[in-house]
Amino acid sequence: MSVQPTPGPPPGGTPPAETPSETPAETPSEAPGGSPGPAGGRTATLRPARPRWRETLRLLAGNPTAAVAAVLLLLIVLVAVFDEPLAPQGANEIDVAGRLQPPGLEHPFGTDDLGRDVLSRIILGASVSLRVGFLAVLIALVVGSTIGLLAGFYGRWVDDVLMRVMDMLFAFPAVLLAIAVLAVRGPGSGNTALAIAVVYVPIFARVTRASVLGVREEVYVRASRSVGAGDLRLLTRHVLPNAAPPIIVQTSISLAFAVLAEAALSFLGLGTQPPNPSWGLMLAEGRGYIELAWWIAFFPGMAIFLTVLCFNLLGDGLRDVLDPRQRTLMGGGGR
Amino acid sequence: MSGRLDDDVLVSARGLEVHFPIRGSGVRRRQVGAVRAVDGVDLDIRRGETLGLVGESGCGKSTLGNALLRLVEPTGGRVEFDGTDVTALGRRQLRALRRRAGMVFQDPFASLDPRRTVAQTVAEPLEVHGLRPGRRERAARVGELLELVGLDPAVSGRYPHEFSGGQRQRVGIARALAGEPDFLVCDEAIASLDVSVQAQVLNLLRRLQRQLGLTLLFISHDLSAVRHISDRIAVMYLGRIVELGPAAAVGREPQMPYTQALLSAVPVPHPSVERSRERVVLTGDVPSPAAVPSGCRFRTRCPYVFEPCDDVDPALQPAGAPGQLAACHLHGVVGREVPEGEKAGTVPAE
Repeated sequence: MSVQPTPGPPPGGTPPAETPSETPAETPSEAPGGSPGPAGGRTATLRPARPRWRETLRLLAGNPTAAVAAVLLLLIVLVAVFDEPLAPQGANEIDVAGRLQPPGLEHPFGTDDLGRDVLSRIILGASVSLRVGFLAVLIALVVGSTIGLLAGFYGRWVDDVLMRVMDMLFAFPAVLLAIAVLAVRGPGSGNTALAIAVVYVPIFARVTRASVLGVREEVYVRASRSVGAGDLRLLTRHVLPNAAPPIIVQTSISLAFAVLAEAALSFLGLGTQPPNPSWGLMLAEGRGYIELAWWIAFFPGMAIFLTVLCFNLLGDGLRDVLDPRQRTLMGGGGR
Repeated sequence: MSGRLDDDVLVSARGLEVHFPIRGSGVRRRQVGAVRAVDGVDLDIRRGETLGLVGESGCGKSTLGNALLRLVEPTGGRVEFDGTDVTALGRRQLRALRRRAGMVFQDPFASLDPRRTVAQTVAEPLEVHGLRPGRRERAARVGELLELVGLDPAVSGRYPHEFSGGQRQRVGIARALAGEPDFLVCDEAIASLDVSVQAQVLNLLRRLQRQLGLTLLFISHDLSAVRHISDRIAVMYLGRIVELGPAAAVGREPQMPYTQALLSAVPVPHPSVERSRERVVLTGDVPSPAAVPSGCRFRTRCPYVFEPCDDVDPALQPAGAPGQLAACHLHGVVGREVPEGEKAGTVPAE
C-alpha cells in the first residue's frame, strides 16, 4: 500500500487566488514593528484561519470516494446497531422445508442448509463482526503505536528491548498465536478481539517505529526542543501527528484483516460459536455448499468485502485530508 | 582566548569539545575513533554584540552553536551562560535556559512543523514556559511577535506550506523570540533563502538585535553577510577557532593564512579590481575531522607552513589590530607542544 498521498481533489470553494503569494509579506523589514494594523495591502492575499474539524469534514466531502465509503460505512454501522428491528427473521429460525432456496422475493439472499434466511443472518452478524474488528484494532493500535513511538523516539536500549519482544510475537504464526490466546482464555467475542489484537500489536509497533525514526530527526523536532519543549510534548504534538499517515493506513488495512481473522477463528470453532451468526462463520459454513447454493457464502463474502473496501478507501481519504499540505490546491512547493 | 574577565560576557565557552564516536561494525560496536566536530573552543560572546562565526562546511560551526545551547551534548569543556554552567544544568534549569536562548535554523522549510499553524508554532515557547496564560493573551502575543518580524498577524491560522521561504524564516524568528531571549543563535539562518530575501532577513535580524538588545551568534559561511551584520568575527577551521577579532579588522587585515584565503575567495564587485587582485588559493582538501593533523591543524594546506607548525598546537594570541587574535605561529610560536607519541594525521601537502 503506497503511502504517497494522491494529489488531493480541489478543495471545493477555495478561490485559486488564495495560494500563498510570494511578495506581500516580504515588504522591507524596516517597517515599524509595533504599529497596529500595518497589514494594508497584505491582508488581501492572505487567508485567515478556519475551524479545523469543519474544514476536515468539508474536504472529506470533496473527496468523492472517501465520502461514499464513509456513507456506506455509516450505513453498515447503523445496520449493526439496529439489527433486531431490521432483520426480517430471527437468526436461528430453522425451516427445513425451505432449505437451500435461491435468492428470491421471499428470501432476497436465499436460505442456507437449515433454511435460515441469509439476509437476516448477515444483518444480525454485522454487530459481531464489526465489534470484534473494531475492538481488536483499537487495542492493537493503542498498544502497538505506543510501543513503536517509544522505541523509535528513545532508541538505544528502549528500542532494543521493546522491539525484541515484538519480534518474539512476530515469530509465532499469526493463527497459532491467536489460537493460543483463545485456548488460554476460552472462546467469546471479547477474547477473539484480544487474540486478534495480540497478533496485530507488533505490526503497529513496527509501522509506528519506522515512521517515528524518520520524523524524530526532523529539524522542527529539534527546533521545538530548542524552545524548551519536553519529551511528552514533542511526542504528542510533533512526532505522533507527523508519523500518523502510515499508521492510519495500517489501521484501515487491519480493520479489514481483523474482520477476516474473526472469520478464520470462528471457522476453527474458537471465535463466534455456531448457532450465532457472524460473517466469517457464515462464509465458512457456506463453503461446503458452494456448488449447490453459491448464495450462502457469496453474500457474507460480499458484506466482508464491502466493509473492508470502505475501511480502506476511508483510510486513504482521511490520510490525505489530515495533511495540511494537501489542503491547499498545489500543497506549498516545499518538502 | 581573550584572557579578559569582563562581566559583560553573556556566553562563554572554555575548552569546549564535541566528539562524535565512530563505532565499529562488530556486535559490541566498540568505539574505533571520533569525529572531532568541536575540538577545544574558547569563546566569549559579549552582551549585546553580534558575533559572526564563519568557516567552511563541516568545520563544526553549527555543532558549536548547538553545543552552546546544549542542543548537542558537549563531550568536554564547559559553557557558561550569564554566569551559570550550562553543562551542569538539570532538566528544569535547562528548560529555563531554553527560554533565554533561542535558535533560528537554516532551512525554514524543515524547521516548522508542517502540521501546525503559524500561531501554534509561535505560541509553543509561551505554552512551554507558561508565559501569557490564557488563550486570548497568548493570541495577542503571537500577533505582536508576527508584527515584530514583519508578518501580518492575520496569517496566524495558516500552515507553513502556504508561505515563501523568507516568510517561513520570519515565523522561525518569531518563535525564537517568543520567550524574550537574551541570546539568539542564527545557524545559517539565511543560507537557504534567495539572495534578495537574504538581505531582508539579515536586516530584520539586525533591527531586532538593536531593538531588543539581543546578543547574536550569527553562524554563516557567507563572509560578506557576516561582515555586514557582525561586531566581531570568529573564524573556525576543523573544530577550532583560528581567528577572532573586530569585524572591520578581521575583514580588512586578516592575520591567519586561512582567513586570508577565505576572504580572497569573496569576489569584489568591481570588474577591473576583481580581475587584477591577487588571490590566495588553497590547495588540497580539508582534512577529515576524524583525523585532525597534529600541531597546527591548518598546516596541511597552509602556504606559509614552517618548522614549528607540526610540533606546536597554536593558541590564539594577539595579532594585528587591538582585540584581534589569531592562532598562527607567524605571530610568534605560542601554544601546546605536541608530545612525540601523539603525532598523527596527514602528511603535509607538498
